[in-house]
Amino acid sequence: MSTGAAGAERDPGLQPERTRLAWRRTTLSATVAAVLAVKSALHGRGPAAGIVACAVCGALWLGFLGVAQHRIRTLTAGPRPPALAPRHATAAALCAVALAVCAAVLVV
Amino acid sequence: MSEFVRNIRLWFTPERVRDEGGTPDYRFSLANERTFLAWLRTALALIGGGFAVDQFLPDLRWAWRVGLALALLAAGVLCSLRAVNHWVRCERAMRRGEDLPASRFPALLSLVVAVVAVAMVVVVLVGWEG
Repeated sequence: MSTGAAGAERDPGLQPERTRLAWRRTTLSATVAAVLAVKSALHGRGPAAGIVACAVCGALWLGFLGVAQHRIRTLTAGPRPPALAPRHATAAALCAVALAVCAAVLVV
Repeated sequence: MSEFVRNIRLWFTPERVRDEGGTPDYRFSLANERTFLAWLRTALALIGGGFAVDQFLPDLRWAWRVGLALALLAAGVLCSLRAVNHWVRCERAMRRGEDLPASRFPALLSLVVAVVAVAMVVVVLVGWEG
């Protein structure tokens, strides 16, 4: 990355990088959950219900991915990243909750 | 309970969190964010576990399978809602310079996971072919 003046300001604990990777890991977890959801939706259901469930799970996954990408861009924009907005934290958590509700509907 | 409702309002309004106290060192905010993400991963893993019980234990009796899956999914929902709530509380405590909030939730969650794990062992050993 950049050196000199910007490099001197760089946090030696690499906090923004660690946070960025934490978002990546979480996105990966969301991907695993979404893939399991799609597998479950395609298994032993009518085609229409399966497609609707797949679309909902895909949309939730895309929503989470959008939040993660937005946050990663904010983190890497400057040397002193702003705190996470509560809106985005809530959105990420609500994606997980909605996935769980989707799962409950598929399981029962 | 009113404390909880006030926290829920904070979930959606960044301005109100920013109103209070001073801005802490950004590294503390990022550490808080990573803790939130770790809890969210735990929640997603529990939700994935719920799907997995449903998908990969098809020989179980219906009631056991659905019961275990729903227990894991409910734990996942609680875990993710609590993740946001705890994140907001920590953020506010840091801005006000207070102690970080203590929580009974980790102990509760480990008990629930232990109970589900024991139930799963029993079900897989005994309740097979129910």
